[in-house]
Amino acid sequence: MRAALHHVRALLALVVLALVVHAPAQAHKPSDSYLTITVAEGAVTGRWDIALRDLDFAIGLDADGDGAITWGEVRARHAEIAAYALARLSIRADGADAPAGAGAAVQSCTIDVGAQAIDDHTDGSYSVLPLTIHCPQLPKRLTIGYRLFADLDPQHRGLLNLQAGGVARSAVLGPQAPVQSFDLNEASRLRQFLDYLRDGVWHIWIGFDHILFLLSLLLPAVLVWGGRQWRGAQTFGAAFWSVVRVVTAFTAAHSITLTLATLGYVSLPSRWVESAIAASVVLAALNNVWPVFHGRRWMVAFGFGLVHGFGFASVLVDLGLPRDALALALVGFNLGVEGGQLAIVAVFLPLAYSLRRSWFYRRLVMVGGSLVIALLAAVWLCERLFMFKVLPF
Amino acid sequence: MPPPLRVAPFVVSLLLAALPAGAVPHVPSSDSVVVERLPARATDPRMRKLIELRAAWRRDPADAGAAVRLAQAYFDQSAAEGDPRYVGHAQAAIGLWWDQPDPPPSVRVMRAILLQYGHRFNEAVADLDAAVAQQPGLGEAWAWLAGIHMVQADYAQARRACRALAPLAPPLIATGCIAYVDSVTGRAQPAAAALRAALQADGGADAAQRQWVLTRLAEIEEHRGAVAPAEAAYREALGLDRSDVYLLAAYADFLLDQNRAADVLVLLKDRARADVLLLRLALAAKQAKDPAQAGWVTDLAARFAAAQARGDTTHQKEEARFALAVLGQAEHALLLAQANYALQRELADARILLEAALAARQPAAAAPVLQWMASSGVESVTLQALAARIKALR
Repeated sequence: MRAALHHVRALLALVVLALVVHAPAQAHKPSDSYLTITVAEGAVTGRWDIALRDLDFAIGLDADGDGAITWGEVRARHAEIAAYALARLSIRADGADAPAGAGAAVQSCTIDVGAQAIDDHTDGSYSVLPLTIHCPQLPKRLTIGYRLFADLDPQHRGLLNLQAGGVARSAVLGPQAPVQSFDLNEASRLRQFLDYLRDGVWHIWIGFDHILFLLSLLLPAVLVWGGRQWRGAQTFGAAFWSVVRVVTAFTAAHSITLTLATLGYVSLPSRWVESAIAASVVLAALNNVWPVFHGRRWMVAFGFGLVHGFGFASVLVDLGLPRDALALALVGFNLGVEGGQLAIVAVFLPLAYSLRRSWFYRRLVMVGGSLVIALLAAVWLCERLFMFKVLPF
Repeated sequence: MPPPLRVAPFVVSLLLAALPAGAVPHVPSSDSVVVERLPARATDPRMRKLIELRAAWRRDPADAGAAVRLAQAYFDQSAAEGDPRYVGHAQAAIGLWWDQPDPPPSVRVMRAILLQYGHRFNEAVADLDAAVAQQPGLGEAWAWLAGIHMVQADYAQARRACRALAPLAPPLIATGCIAYVDSVTGRAQPAAAALRAALQADGGADAAQRQWVLTRLAEIEEHRGAVAPAEAAYREALGLDRSDVYLLAAYADFLLDQNRAADVLVLLKDRARADVLLLRLALAAKQAKDPAQAGWVTDLAARFAAAQARGDTTHQKEEARFALAVLGQAEHALLLAQANYALQRELADARILLEAALAARQPAAAAPVLQWMASSGVESVTLQALAARIKALR
C-alpha cells in the first residue's frame, strides 16, 4: 500500500516536472465562439458560430456514441442548440432618447435564430446560428451579456465582432467580463484616427534619417546659389516658397509609396529600402556642399520621398493595421507624419531665415553641418548594407 | 540575421485569412455526412474514466476529493493530447473554489497547476507555498514548485523544492530534479554524470521516468556542445516508444542547429497539429527550401492570430521564433521575446531574446540575458556564441 502510494506520487512528480518545462503544446485551440453583430439600416442582425465539439460536451450531439457527429445528429438538435445558446446571450439596446434608469425589460432585445448551417474553423466544425435581433429602439449603446459555457469551461471566450456605422469593434466576451457595453457613436473611430495621427507624428520625430533628409533639403532653402557660393535669399517669400515646394514634393511622394506598400501593391526588401533611405541622406547632404540640383531640389525630394514612403509603410504595418479601417489608419498616420514635418519646418524656417546671411549659417551650418550629416548617413548606409551596428541610433 | 524580404502585404493577407468573418457556411448534402470527429468515443477507456469521474463530481460538486480527481483527469488528458479545451474543463471542476482565498491544500495544488498553464506563475507559487505550508508531505506540490522556479530562473528556490521532494520521490526523479538545477548553475558535467549513473542504477524505472531523465541528459549534452552524446541520448529517449511533444520539439531544434532539416521533416511528418511542432516543420521547410513551407506558415500565422484574438499570450516564445526566422520581423520578434523573457527564463527563452536582439541590432535589449548568464554560470555553447556577437555589436 505504502509502496503503491509512493509510486503514484513519483509519477505525479515526474509528470509535473515534465509539464512545466514543456510549454503548453497548443495542439488544438482553446474553446472560442465567434459572434458577429451588425447594426445597419435600422436593423440589428448577427451570426454566431459555436463549435460542435463544445455543443456536444454541453448537450450531447453524438447520439450513437461512435465519436463521429453527423449532419443528421446536429440537425435533429437544432432547436435545442438555439435554445441553449440564446439562454446564455442577452442584448440590450439603449436609444439616444432612452430615459436614464429605464427598466431593463424595456430595452431588452429579443433574438431569433434562423436556419443553422455548418462552417469550418481552424479547430473543427461549428454550427452557424444566423441571428435576427429585435430591439425596442435603434441602439446608440449596446450591452451584451455573455454566459455561454461559463459553467463548463471558464476558459471559453466569445470573440465579438461588432459592426455599426461602418466601424468595426472587437471584444473578448467571457466570464472575465460577462457584461460589456459598446457606444455605437463615432467617438471610437475618432480616437482610432487620433492614435494613428499621433503615431505618425512620433515616427517622424524619432526617425533621425527622415529628419536629416528633410533638413538637408531645407538648409539651402533660405539661400541662393550663385557665383560658386551660397548667398542669403532676398525675401522671406522666396525662402518660404522654396520650402513649400520641397515639403510638398516629399509629402506627395512618400504618401504614394506609403499607400501602395500598405495596401500590398508593392513590396520591397526592407534592407534595400533602409539602405536607400540612408543613401538619400548622403546625397542630399553632399548636394549642399557640391550643388548639382540647386534649382530643382523639389525633384530630389520627390524622387527620394518615394523611397522614404516604403520606410513609413513598414512602421505602419508593425503598428498593426485594423482590417476594417485601413483607410482611416493610412490617412491618420500620413497626416501625422505631415504634421510632425510641418512642426519641424515651423521651427526651422524662421530660425534659418534670420541667420541666413551670417558666416555661421552659410559656412558652418550649411557646409559643415551637411558634411556631418553626410558622414553620419554614410555610416548608416554601411550598417544597413552590411548588417552591423556602430551607431546607437 | 533577418531575411531581407519585407512581408507586410503577405502578413496582412494572412491576418485577413485567419479571421472567421466572411467565411461561407454550408449545408451538408445529406444527414449521413460526418461533420465533426470527437477526440474519442464514449467507449474509449480514458473517456469512460472521465465520464465516471464526472458523474461522481456531479453527485456532489462540493466534494473536494471528487472535484480534484476530475480536474486532474482532465488536465492529464490535456497533457496527453495537447488539447487546451480540457484545461477549461478542469477549471470548471474546481470552479467552486476558483476565486476562494483559502481552499483545501489539494485544491490549491490543482488550482496552481491550472494557473501555471496560463503562465500565472506568481499566483501558482503562492498557492503551492500555502499548500506545502499546511501539508509538507505533498510531493506533487514540491515538484511543481521546482518546475516553476526553474522556469523563472530562481535556482535557490528550485533546489530547495528538489530537496523537499527527494524523500517523497523515487531515486531517479530525486536525482533528476537536482541535476536539472545543477545543469544550469555551472555544474553541467557532474549533472550529466549523475543522470547517467542514476539511469544505470535504476534500469527498472518505467518508460516515462527514463524518458524524462534522458531528455534532460540530451539537453545538457547539447548545451555543452557534445553533439554525439546528445544525439545518442535523444535517440534513446525517442526509442522508448512513448510520444512526447516536448521531446520531439527539443530533438527537432537540435537537428535544425545541425542543419539537418530533412531529418526534421521526416521526424514530424504527421505532427503538424501541435503548434510547437508545426513551428519546427515550418523552420525546417525554410531551411531545406521545401515547398510545403507556404502552407505551414499560413497555418501557423492563423493559429497565432486566433490566440491573439482571444487575448492569449502564452506562446510568445514560439511566436517570436516565427516572427524572426520565418517572417524576418526582427523588431516584432524582439518585443515578443522580451515579453516572454519577463515571465519565462529558461535557455530557450534566453536564446530567442539574444537572437532577436542581435537581428534587431539592439544589444541593450539583451542585457537581462547577459546578466543571467554571468550570475548563473550556465554553460551553453550556443548562448555563449550569441552573447559574444552581441558584445561585438556594442
